[in-house]
Formats: sequence, structure tokens, C-alpha cells
Amino acid sequence: MTYIKPKFAHPRLPKNNLGYTRKEYEGSLSTLCAGCGHDSISAAIVDACFELNIEPHRVAKMSGIGCSSKTPAYFLSNSHGFNAVHGRMPSVTTGANLANRSMIYLGVSGDGDTASIGMGQFAHVVRRNLNMTYIVMNNGCYGLTKGQDSATADYGSISKSGNMNSFEGIDLCALAIELGATYVAQSFSGDKGQLIPLIKAALSHSGFSLINVVSPCVTFNNNPGSTKSYDYVREHNEALSSLDFVPVKEEIITDYDHSKVKMVELHDGSMIKLHKLSPEWDPENKLSIMTALHHAREKHEILTGLLYIDNESIELNELLNTTQTPLNLLTEKELCPGSAVLDKICAELR
Amino acid sequence: MSRVNDFVVRFANVNGTGSASANYLFAKSIFRMGVPVSAKNIFPSNIQGLPTWYEVRVSEKGYLGRKAGIDIMVCVNPQSMKKDIASVRSGGYFLYDSTKTLHDEFLRDDIQFIGVPIMDICNREFTDPRQKQLFKNIVYVGALSQLLNIEVNVIESLFGDQFKGKEKLIAPNMKAFQLGREFIKDNFNYPLEFYVERRDLVKDSIMIDGNAAAGLGAVYGGASVVAWYPITPSTSLVSSFEEYARKLRIDPVSGKNNFSIVQAEDELAAIGMAIGANWNGARSFTATSGPGISLMSEFLGLAYYAEIPVVLVDVQRSGPSTGMPTRTQQSDILSTAYASHGDTKHVLLIPSTPTECFTMMADAFDYAEELQTPVIMLTDLDLGMNEHMTEPFHWDDTRIYNRGKVLTAEQLDSLPEWGRYKDMDGDGIPYRTIPGTHPSKGSYFTRGSSHDENAAYSEDSATYVRIMDRLLRKLETAKKMIPTPQFYQSGKNSDTAIIFYGTSMHAAEEAIDILKNEGTSIDAMRLKSFPFCDEVGEFIDRYEKVFVIEQNRDAQMRALLINELEIHPKKLIKVLNYDGTPITADFILKNIHQSLLQPIN
Repeated sequence: MTYIKPKFAHPRLPKNNLGYTRKEYEGSLSTLCAGCGHDSISAAIVDACFELNIEPHRVAKMSGIGCSSKTPAYFLSNSHGFNAVHGRMPSVTTGANLANRSMIYLGVSGDGDTASIGMGQFAHVVRRNLNMTYIVMNNGCYGLTKGQDSATADYGSISKSGNMNSFEGIDLCALAIELGATYVAQSFSGDKGQLIPLIKAALSHSGFSLINVVSPCVTFNNNPGSTKSYDYVREHNEALSSLDFVPVKEEIITDYDHSKVKMVELHDGSMIKLHKLSPEWDPENKLSIMTALHHAREKHEILTGLLYIDNESIELNELLNTTQTPLNLLTEKELCPGSAVLDKICAELR
Repeated sequence: MSRVNDFVVRFANVNGTGSASANYLFAKSIFRMGVPVSAKNIFPSNIQGLPTWYEVRVSEKGYLGRKAGIDIMVCVNPQSMKKDIASVRSGGYFLYDSTKTLHDEFLRDDIQFIGVPIMDICNREFTDPRQKQLFKNIVYVGALSQLLNIEVNVIESLFGDQFKGKEKLIAPNMKAFQLGREFIKDNFNYPLEFYVERRDLVKDSIMIDGNAAAGLGAVYGGASVVAWYPITPSTSLVSSFEEYARKLRIDPVSGKNNFSIVQAEDELAAIGMAIGANWNGARSFTATSGPGISLMSEFLGLAYYAEIPVVLVDVQRSGPSTGMPTRTQQSDILSTAYASHGDTKHVLLIPSTPTECFTMMADAFDYAEELQTPVIMLTDLDLGMNEHMTEPFHWDDTRIYNRGKVLTAEQLDSLPEWGRYKDMDGDGIPYRTIPGTHPSKGSYFTRGSSHDENAAYSEDSATYVRIMDRLLRKLETAKKMIPTPQFYQSGKNSDTAIIFYGTSMHAAEEAIDILKNEGTSIDAMRLKSFPFCDEVGEFIDRYEKVFVIEQNRDAQMRALLINELEIHPKKLIKVLNYDGTPITADFILKNIHQSLLQPIN
């Protein structure tokens, strides 16, 4: 069932530059379990889009199959949504993006949808640098089918039924960086303060943005011994940086400590102001982040924050040299070469 | 009996040696002499070093189907020589490279051997090692042209076309060609008792393969996003689209592409991309073959149920599994008509010629968008990869693409209410919106899960049944839209008829002709699409016995006719060629004769 929220809103709700209130960015009432981490991520998406002054209808919400893939119903109800088949959201998003490069593509997926059945498509959408934001709501288990381990469950994690996972967990962030992702971040559904600016920066980045959000499953994977439980993640969360997103046109303070703060300019002119918490790490250096991720794994830490960014990123439509006009706006005039050309082609075939 | 313009030549080559273009030169020269010709490549699933054959049928009567019985075999492949000699019809000829002598045990008394020392000639006359190899092919074309009365200036002009911009290659090619001719003049009687004589029979026909025609059709039909995964025999279709698009679809001001092509990671992604692009309002297609259809099935079910237009071409090859990837078949009828789990049914278009490949491909985008459902064009390797003589393509410059029921922002504002899956017009086709159209109206959630008329998730039984029944209603509308069958009426009161489709057309038409000359009149119907329109059932009802000619083992079209039209199975007689080679008129006749001798129960 999809529940419809009441339309009533307080008349003095704050409005953004477009004159929209936060209500205009919400969706229908969630049907996920009470306390599900995914709902916090949906709320962060609503806040990020509201604050970024995004027109909701300029966003396409893409998803696959699973608990996470249901969430597009719970945010941005004025956006078109697409619930693809299991693990195949990336290909549908690729086609949609090629058809209209001017829209914002926001994909949400889960760990099963991404790291198991959808691993192939995930790998290839990363290496194509499709201009999209890809949020993984990662809870280490299959919720809809009652809690089986997923491919991102950490080795040694204990499931609700008491079994230890004896397979290596897939680190989606490390994998994405290896495959050429141009924006990679990791966060925790319980840390909205960190998550919102990460989403804003991802939406502003031109190219493939991955945000892997550890999002505990309260029903099947929140037990002692699980490495994806609220308690475990809070205890082992190690922020690499804190981040402020500075929108276009906002005055940038130039007086800051360069050893601790790094400014990264995005394609659209907005800025990321990063407060580095680790001196060895540089967000534009692949090697430093891969090393940091390996060290963190050894220490059972979960590195969060912006991990990697390549602001020289060239997204897929640029790589393909596609015209700036969205292809879905082209008409017979641009698309059809006409009868005279056809007659000439036929003459050459005689 | 006159054998002018009526014979079959088969070439036996090693693949990867440049023989294909020489063989095509031979076929094209006959076409340029105004005589109908059909050429078929019979090649291995291999890059280099294995036997490959090329068959050219010359037919004054314009029969373009394959014909069994080889009149002259041109063999430059020692690997297959024994088999090749055995395959020549009694009284035929065997032209070979006599640089090495033939094994005695290969010799036959009932055929004539024409030995041309091809390798010797090339080694003597050319110094460049590459030319020594490549010109072997041109030498035998020269020899053949002398034996068959092919005009020298026709070959010369074909070289002129082939080497436009590289004119210095014309002279050595002509030299090799003349060397072949001279050798025949000096050593053999010519012409043979069958030969080519100039006619005016091809009119304004063109020669092109079905894949190239379909690729061009997609350019004309307005496809702007193409996603694909390489697979024989469909690969050249997308290559053709790309080649034409790079010439015809570049924005004159910016120099940028008015199209996007992505080579996907697999067939699942290829159809996923095509669906995503169509959902977002661009015309998009993918092309594949049997194994790809299996992989795309889940997505086809989504597109059917969520009502997203998409165009798919299946260039069929011999299955099951990997099967014979370079051999032809019509064996994906059922797997495409009912692709995907659950109750699904898809629109199929079945062309028989490259001209129909062009037309149907362009039209497929209109059908898909009008019907908001997958449209699958079913060709096969024979049609897709062989060059066929076919009618020229035409385009009406006043034609506007029919984009179907797509609501604009203004329409959304003026509508009192809108539901994505509401049947407003009674034709089973709802109205859709393209993402980004309106700030606050028209958004909906596209899903493969059960939904109501407003696209909301629903597990309500009555709602589910309503939507599923409407989808059937939509297919009824499709029947009135897609191409109707072609009928062949003998004018006599025949109680027997034949049904065929796709590349069986040429052989079937020839068989009908031969039967007519024998005094047996037979009516016929060529199917061009699915779901079957009313005329299909009405046609079958008029006859006692109907032969269904197909190129698969399991009589798949027959099964589809029986299932969809509730025809008594005994009435439909199977004529099935499924050995991977294109069907022949002789094969059809043999089967019909056998069956007609038996009384009808």
C-alpha cells in the first residue's frame, strides 16, 4: 500500500528560492519498518533537494528492486520515478540520461541490488562516468526476503539467527574508485548532518557520484555482533572529513588554513569546503584514499565523509560528443535525412 | 533446354583470405548486366583459416531463393576439396587451382574439371606477397567471366566504384582479372553451355543486406539512442546505423552527434538502456540474436507491463543455446511472441526483403510509441547478412513521426484529471507523460509491480485483472495497425494453401510457380506480423489443408497459429527446414508432393 500524506501545510513554512516549501519535495508515507535507516536517507534527499533549489520535475528517480528501491515513492512526488527490474537500474538510467542530458538523475539502490545481482551493471555505469548520483542504502542483508546476508555483509558479522558470515564483504567505495568513479562518499543514515552536504555535492557533480550509506536494517540486521547495526556503526564511524557545500554565487571565504581545509570547485561553479581530519589523505589522490580504506578495514573502522573526487571529470554525453540539445527534443528535421539523400544512397547500391 | 541466365555457382574459400569481396564482385557484375542474382555466404563461426562458401544463383525468372545443385564449383580451398567435388551436380564443372595436381581418388567421370594454375600465375605476375594472395581471388573471377560471358567493362566499372580514391589499385586488379580470362581463352572452350546474357530485368533494384537496410531504416525512423551488445548475426545492423548516422546525423552548427550509441556490457543492459531512453522520450532500439532474446526477456516483460515503447531487432540464427551462430533459422518465433514470464504477448514484424527491413524498421518506432509496448522485428541471418536484390527505398518527406499519446504541459494543465494507465479512448492505449514536462502535474511511478490506473502499487485482484485485460485490448488495436499479410490468389478453386513468412518467401514463391506450371494451383499467404489480424484466420478457414513453411524444427509459427486462432492442428501441415541453410523451392515441393499424395482425412 502507498499511503498519501495530508496536503495540509503550515502557511509559514520556510520557502526556498523557487518559492517551494519542503513539502513540495516530500513523497508519500513510507511503508518501511519503523526506524529503518532508509527513511532517514529519504529525508536527507528531501532536505538536499530543497536546499539546492532543485525543481522536482527536473529530477528522475531511478531504482531497482528491494526495500531501498521502494524509497523513491517516499520523496520528490513531483518527479518521475522508475522502478526497474532487480539490479538493472544503471542501464535504464543510462538510457534515460542519453535521451535527455539536461535532467538530474538520482538512483537509489540497495546492497543486494548493487553488489550481487546488479554488480555487472554497477561496474559498467561507474566506468562510463554516467552523470548521476547513485545512493546505496547498504544494510548488509536482504530485508524483503527476511534477512539473508548480502555481498556487502562484512566477514565475521553475526546475523540475527546467530550465524557468522564467512565470506569477504564487497567494499563498494573502493571498487568504485578502482573503476573510475569521479565522486565517492560514504556515510551513515544516522548522521544527517554529514549526509545532506554529501548529497548536495553529489547532485552538483558532473559525472558518476556514489554515496554508500550504511543504513541499518532494524528488523533483520540490528543485533549484537552485526557490523551494520546502529550501535556498531556509531562506535566504528571514523569521519575522514567534514564537509560544507557552498552553492554557486555564495561568497567564498578565502581566509582559511590550507593544511586543514581544502576547497574543491565543482563543474557548475559550486564549491566543496572540506575540513580534513586526516593529514595523510587528499580527496583528489586515489592512492591516499585506497590506503586509508585498507587501513580502516584492518582497524574495523568505517571511514565516512567525502572519500574521493575528480573534478576534471568528463561525463558520458561529453565523451560521446552528443549534441547539447536533449535528444528527446529532436524532431524529424534533425533526425530524418529525407528522400533526396535516400535516393542518392540507393543509387550507390546499384 | 536453354541455360542462359539460369545456374548456380559456388565458391569454396578459406575464410579471412579476402575472397568475400571478389565473390561479391562476381555477383554484382551479373546484377549490373541486368540479370537477377542472389548471393549467400555460408561461413563458419571463425575469424581465419576455416572453410567458407559463397553461393551465387543466377535466375532469368527472378527466383532469388537458394537452389540446390551446383553447376560450377570454384574451389580454392584444399581442406574442403573432396566434399566440394562430390557436391557438384552430375554434368557440372569444377574449377580449381591446378598449381597442385588433384588427387586421383577425388576425380569424377561425370563432371568436367577446369584447372587454372592460379597460384603459379600470381607468383609469376606479382611481387608483393599480399597481392599474390589477394589476386588469386581476382584471377578466378577473370576465369569465370570468360567461361560465363561476363562483360569486361562491367567488371572494370565495379573496380572503379570499389577503389574510388585509391585509383592506382584498379590497374593491378584488372591485370589479375585479365590473366584469368587469358588462361581460359588459351586452354578451354568457352562459354560454357550456361552463361550470362545481358537483360533489362533488375530495373531500378538495389543490392543491400537486410542489416544495412534496417540500420538505415532506424536512422530514417528517428532512432537517437542505440544500445547494443555484439552478437552474430546482428552486429552489422548497429554498425550500419552508426555508419549512416556519422554521415547523416551530425549537427551542422556544432559538429556534434544527434545520436548516442553505447556498446553495453551485455544484452540485459542493452535492452535496459533502450527502455530507459524510450521512457524518457527518445526513440531507441537494440539489436540481437537468439541468446540475447533469452537474456532480454525479463526486461521485455517490464516494458510490456509498464507500457514503455521499445524497438528490438532479432536477427535469428540457429539455436538452441549457442547453436550454429553463423547459420540461419527462424526459431525465435515463440520465444519472442511470448517473451518473459507471466502473461505477455508482443508485437512482431517479419520482413522478407531488405526493402521491408528498411520500411518496417522505420515504422516500428511509430508502432512502439503509438502502442506503448515493445515491437520486435524478426529477421534472420540469411536476410540480415546476405546482399539481396531488392526494390529501392522510398521516403515521404511530408511524413511526421507518430509519437503516440504523449501529453504536453498545456494538455496536462487543461485536463481535469489524468491517470497514467487509464483507457480514455477505449483502444486500450493510455496517455503517457515524459519526465520533466510539467512542474507539478504528470509525474508518476513506472514499475513492473502490479499497479492501478493511476500507476499506484496495487494488489487488488479486480484492478490487476482490469489492467491485464486492457493490455489485451491494446493488442486488438495493434492488429489494425501493423502490416497485413500478402495474399497470392491462384484464381482457381484450390482446397490447399500454403503459409510462409520471412526469408522463406523467395523459395515459396518459386514453388508456387513450379506447381502452377505442373497444373496444381495453390493459394498462399505471407505473414508479416503478429498478433494475427482477422484476415489470417479467415484465409485459413477457406482451405481444407494448409502447409505452413518454416525454418525451424518445432513448427513454431504453426503452434502460434493454433494457439492464437484455435485452428485444428490436423489442418496445418508442417514443412520444416532447419539444417541451418536457407530453404529451397525443391525442399518445399518435395514436402508438398509427398503430402498431396496422401488422402485428406
